[in-house]
Amino acid sequence: MYTLTDVSKTYTTGKKKVEALKNVDLTIPDGQMVAIQGPTGGGKSTLLQMLGALDRPTSGSVLLGSDDLAKVSDARLTQLRASEISIVFQGFNLIPTLTAQQNVETALVPLGVPARERAERAAAALESVGLGERSAHLPLELSGGQQQRVAIARALVRKPKVLLADEPTGNLDEATRDEIIELLEQLWREQGLTLIVVTHDSWVARRAQRRLKITRGTVTDSGVTTPAA
Amino acid sequence: MLLTYVRRELRGRMRQTVIVAVGLALAIALVLVVNAASAGVKNAQADVLDSVYGVGTDITVTQAAQPGADGGRGQFSFGSGAGTTGTDGSTTVASDQLTVGRGTTAMSSDVLATITGADGVSDATATLVLNDQTFSGQLPDAGTAQAAPPTGGATGGEADGQADGQADGQGGGGFGGGNFDVDSFSVEGITPGATALGPLAGATVADGRGFTTADATADVALISQSYADSATLAVGSTITLTGTPVEVVGILSSDDSATTLSDVYLPISVAQTLSGLTDQVTNVYVQAESADTVSAAAAAISTALPDATVTTQADLASSVTGSLSSASSLVQNLGKWLSIAVLAAAFALAVLFTISGVTRRTRDFGTLKALGWSNGRIVRQVGVESLVTGLIGGVAGLVLGLGAILALNAAGISLAGTTGGTAVSAAGAGAPDGGAFGGPGGGAGGGQAVSSTVQTVLHAPVDLGFIGIGVGIAVAGGLLAGVIGGWRASRLRPAAALRSID
Repeated sequence: MYTLTDVSKTYTTGKKKVEALKNVDLTIPDGQMVAIQGPTGGGKSTLLQMLGALDRPTSGSVLLGSDDLAKVSDARLTQLRASEISIVFQGFNLIPTLTAQQNVETALVPLGVPARERAERAAAALESVGLGERSAHLPLELSGGQQQRVAIARALVRKPKVLLADEPTGNLDEATRDEIIELLEQLWREQGLTLIVVTHDSWVARRAQRRLKITRGTVTDSGVTTPAA
Repeated sequence: MLLTYVRRELRGRMRQTVIVAVGLALAIALVLVVNAASAGVKNAQADVLDSVYGVGTDITVTQAAQPGADGGRGQFSFGSGAGTTGTDGSTTVASDQLTVGRGTTAMSSDVLATITGADGVSDATATLVLNDQTFSGQLPDAGTAQAAPPTGGATGGEADGQADGQADGQGGGGFGGGNFDVDSFSVEGITPGATALGPLAGATVADGRGFTTADATADVALISQSYADSATLAVGSTITLTGTPVEVVGILSSDDSATTLSDVYLPISVAQTLSGLTDQVTNVYVQAESADTVSAAAAAISTALPDATVTTQADLASSVTGSLSSASSLVQNLGKWLSIAVLAAAFALAVLFTISGVTRRTRDFGTLKALGWSNGRIVRQVGVESLVTGLIGGVAGLVLGLGAILALNAAGISLAGTTGGTAVSAAGAGAPDGGAFGGPGGGAGGGQAVSSTVQTVLHAPVDLGFIGIGVGIAVAGGLLAGVIGGWRASRLRPAAALRSID
């Protein structure tokens, strides 16, 4: 469970200060599917970086379970990113020189999983997203939807507690968008993880149990609703 | 995963990998060639020096003649009753003298014990370098000679067999009517049995036998092949030195073209007796305990013998002139600085390309950090990639460098080295036979300072040390680029992976 208390984040560029997040208080229970919406520059990515242990707030606390991501050591942050949090990016962020199989395996490397088990788990993850036969292909040899499937397989292969998706369908056509969202929903239900999706797409947002809107660093909570069918 | 990722990355960025590897390869090849050529030139210098000072000699000890000393001047003096007077009034005379070469002076043989006892000295042997000059011929009737006195001081039956011989010639022939031969050859007294060090270290017995310890006081000689040919001598022949017949027991040849032998070798005690230089030596050949102790040994000898001239191979190398000297200068200066410049450029290229690669891969490293890869793992990844690139360049550089060295050796570059102004035995400087007494320019040489020019072929050696240097440079270049590139990568914030949106 995430518990954010009075979280602020200020970026300083020369003499200019930008408040990306302003006194955010937020609780996200385990197993919830949350959509975060808002205008460009509103603070969506900054909030996602706080939740993903990629950055620390300027003030306030970000509790993930018992770990305050604002205060734990860099090593502990690295450990949390390796074991509990997975991220799916808008641009897929696959390593271009590695095959689909090897890209998925990179998620298991920091966990010290032996090579053979790593290969087996990566193959199973690719199978689960419907890309079992494309495991030896390089990212450039795959379509956008297939690349995002590989990225999802990479995110889920280590069975994280939290999956953060940063505009996961932003670079995809409508049909592929639907496939990817349905895949994410299916995995969310099957694995019982917390799914937080940053999106501009209202159709995608309506699929979530809960919608957050962030404008000029301030979060507005729509409360828990029933997702669209 | 590490090696798979390294292999994939290097293959995926083939052009960058090739450029860095080629840069390092060129630098390594150049360093190898310069090192090998430098060693080859040093060996060639050593060959030249060995030809004069003997193989295996690290230090030579001599003693320069005092200013104004008359050492080595081959002056022949005849008393008023010398020779046999013929019916025409002319006088037939002959003289043979064995003297120390000009410019050097003899030292007490005690110096050998002093030198052998000096720190850092492994072995030493002493020799007595002499010059044999013979004068034989017919002097005209004294009355005729007095009618036109020569400019030089030959009146009264005194002839100078060296520089003064020329002065006599410049007298304009007023002293005509005489006819004489002046002959000169080099003689060196050596310790029988001491062939491992000293002048015979680079020689072998081509015919007959060498000296044994039983020859220490025997009137026996070894002669060089060239002298045997020019004087028509063979094993069993007899040569006469200051009136003493000496039997030729062996003929020597050089092991290589670089070694120059004296004409005649005698047991040192015999040479001392015949020259009247009892217990005297002129040269001591010294071998140091190791290459590292040469300087210390030379210093110890200088301290023990303050009047002696102590010369190391390094000192002597600077006296070598000719194309060998030019090659040495080229290798030492241009080659060295060119190597350093290319090496620096290659290292800079490797570092810049690695940093550029890291910058281009910002998103990749950010993603990996977001996946939980630690800084150490990412630094290791970049470091190994650079190291492998360096090793590829190293292998290519070794192949290229060794090929270039082989080509250099196959080219058979001939170098000439000249040791100038060194008082050595007058090998090959024999006086002309039959110098006409009274003709212009009838002087005879012998016993003077000579220069020795030796032709040698450049052979650039290759040893494991050079290969070690090549691998070391490759590893160093790879590590340097890897450390800097890895450091850059480790400083990237994981949030950089998410910058594409907002």
